[in-house]
Amino acid sequence: MQENIFKINEKEYILPGNRACQGCGLSLAYRYILKALRENTIVAIPPSCLCVLHGLYPTTSVIVPALNTTFASNAASASGIVAGLNALNIPDITVLALSGDGGTYDIGIQSLSGAAERNTDFIFACYDNEGYMNTGTQRSGATPMGALTTTTPVLTKQEPKKDFLKIMEAHHIPYLATVSPSYPIDLYEKFVKAKRIRGTRYIHIDTPCPPGWGYPVRDTVKVGKLAVETGLFILFEIENDRFRFTGRSKTIAERGKLTPLVNYVEKQGRFKKMSIEQLGTLQASVNSRWNECLKRAEG
Amino acid sequence: MNDVRIITGNEAAAQAVKLAKPGVIAAYPITPQTSLAELLSEYVERGELKAEYVRVESEHSSLTVCISASTVGARVFTATSSNGLLYMHEQLHWASGSRLPVVMCCVNRGVGAPWSIFNDQQDSFSQRDTGWIQIYCRDNQEILDTVIQAYRIAEEVYIPVMVCYDGFILSHTMMPVEIPDSGLIEKFLPPYRPHTILSSDDPKTINPVFFPSRRENSKGVLCDGYMEMRYKLQAAFEKSREIIVAASNEWAALTGRDHGGMIWEYKTEDAELVLTGMGSIATEATMAVDALRDERIRAGVVGIRTYRPFPKEDVAQAFKKAKAIVVFEKCISYGYEGGLCSDLKAAFYGTDVRAPIHNYIAGLGGRDVKTGELVDAARATLDTVGSGETGNKTIWLNCHTGIEAEDRG
Ligand SMILES: Cc1ncc(C[n+]2csc(CCOP(=O)(O)OP(=O)(O)O)c2C)c(N)n1
Ligand code: SF4
Ligand SMILES: [Mg+2]
Repeated sequence: MQENIFKINEKEYILPGNRACQGCGLSLAYRYILKALRENTIVAIPPSCLCVLHGLYPTTSVIVPALNTTFASNAASASGIVAGLNALNIPDITVLALSGDGGTYDIGIQSLSGAAERNTDFIFACYDNEGYMNTGTQRSGATPMGALTTTTPVLTKQEPKKDFLKIMEAHHIPYLATVSPSYPIDLYEKFVKAKRIRGTRYIHIDTPCPPGWGYPVRDTVKVGKLAVETGLFILFEIENDRFRFTGRSKTIAERGKLTPLVNYVEKQGRFKKMSIEQLGTLQASVNSRWNECLKRAEG
Repeated sequence: MNDVRIITGNEAAAQAVKLAKPGVIAAYPITPQTSLAELLSEYVERGELKAEYVRVESEHSSLTVCISASTVGARVFTATSSNGLLYMHEQLHWASGSRLPVVMCCVNRGVGAPWSIFNDQQDSFSQRDTGWIQIYCRDNQEILDTVIQAYRIAEEVYIPVMVCYDGFILSHTMMPVEIPDSGLIEKFLPPYRPHTILSSDDPKTINPVFFPSRRENSKGVLCDGYMEMRYKLQAAFEKSREIIVAASNEWAALTGRDHGGMIWEYKTEDAELVLTGMGSIATEATMAVDALRDERIRAGVVGIRTYRPFPKEDVAQAFKKAKAIVVFEKCISYGYEGGLCSDLKAAFYGTDVRAPIHNYIAGLGGRDVKTGELVDAARATLDTVGSGETGNKTIWLNCHTGIEAEDRG
């Protein structure tokens, strides 16, 4: 069944009044993720903006069974949920571990790699807002070169963003995809598809964050779109090791043209100290990754 | 016919786990726990134990898997030693804070640096304040019996239980162990009922952020704050003493084997010199007592079986007649003394127990502890007290401290 904006699950699982910031890319994405996964989903949560979004005890604005765990352990926590459900013969529950980039690229990489190597039957989704936002915008392994953070406050981050998708690809899991809340149908369809696949599924979510990235709250969707238009963030999926462009990236690959990166960079306060050299380096890496994807799509 | 087998401590633990039938097992190998993790995977692969065995990539994850599986409603088991236990530290608090009846074996080993694979109890001692019940075993039969009791206790009070036993000394030493039949276990151990159900029928966010004060829920009911949750854990610990004793007594009635609930005693009726300790060093102390009694010294042993909750009333009673107390310990709280020694002193405060206490730090990193050394130490304590010295002391047993050399000038 092909779903479109008129066929999307109408039920809301995140009620008004959650504790995320205005214009939060995570709450946009989470809304569509839960619509796609529906009931019969258990969410594993590490300390992060997601944990805060879920609210303060004893109230929550999210109608989904959810289990908080420690920062390093979200994939292991999901593994435990899966194992427990199996042991009790409770079928048909989708286990989603949703972690920030810190809980994925950095402190969470060990438990995620372990769970993926065991091909644990769960979805791990990383909402990548490119920094430790919950603790106030510190640098993470996902922060791009040239960004100001509270731990790179003067010189900007000197190192490039870790190529985490390659790391996950190297686990040869059944399904890997990228999504952006700026393209909700693409996001929705990929989660619907992922729900039906067994084994470890990894979905990477580009997650614009107004306070962390330094842009007006009304521009979240615009910034997310620019990430895709510039080719900085590419929408694709890899199923059984086969690469495929999707959504807007597919259109650009087939008959479009990438927008220069400077259009994305100049919209965000975090890049105000980015040097011309850094921008050049970033643009070069975007180009080479784009070309690599074009080649893979042909092959 | 009783099923008696000559097995190691690790196999005794594995046999107990098989009888308790956990739904989920997660473990990561570390000496001297390793053969326990291996045996369990063999039982599962052979189909002798129907459980999900999650071969995790670390101890942090093994305990996490147990925490989540237990939350979902499965009975769980894990085991570790030494640095593996230290690596779990964050999750130890998470398990007890979540009030989950996780059962774990800690096969006691010294901690690095420097590396030692050999036995002492610094690992579990340094996790004393993580909100786990800690029970120390003396022999392989007690390991088997205690693992089964641990499930009963944990699932009744919703506190995780750590069953501690000495690495190599018990884990790798063979002794006769009676394996109870599964009918008996069913009588003793009712099925596990989780306190909260994770289900979309009644969606809840478990363990979210708490604020310092109590807050109202959507129906206007004032709910616990962080501090109330903490108080409840402490209150459950206070209550757990009677549950631990009841489990021990009921097990004794079913099997004829009584290892003591909180403490055990050996020849204490008339004892004025009382030796104490936890685990195999306390067993060694019983042999020392026999030797001391041959010299007509009225000695006895009070063994600490349950270290947390601390048996404060039991020890105040059991040490009442002591004229001198000797505490043998395989761990230390750096900058002070052995942890058991401090806890005993605190328990004795304001009671009739006023005997001098000598604390012997012994057997660290597997250094051999011979019965004769315990005898000499106990005798030395008695002599000192007899000569009118009333002070407490901490002495490193069989350790070259260099002090003698300095004395010689
Ligand atoms: C072991 C541990 N170290 C540090 C923290 C503090 N901490 C909480 S959330 C967080 C950052 C989370 O970053 P990320 O995973 O990217 O999620 P985000 O906050 O950006 O949504 C940190 C450092 C913690 N809770 N636990
Ligand atoms: S800091 Fe960013 S990611 Fe976190 S809640 Fe606010 S907008 Fe969302
Ligand atoms: Mg982040």
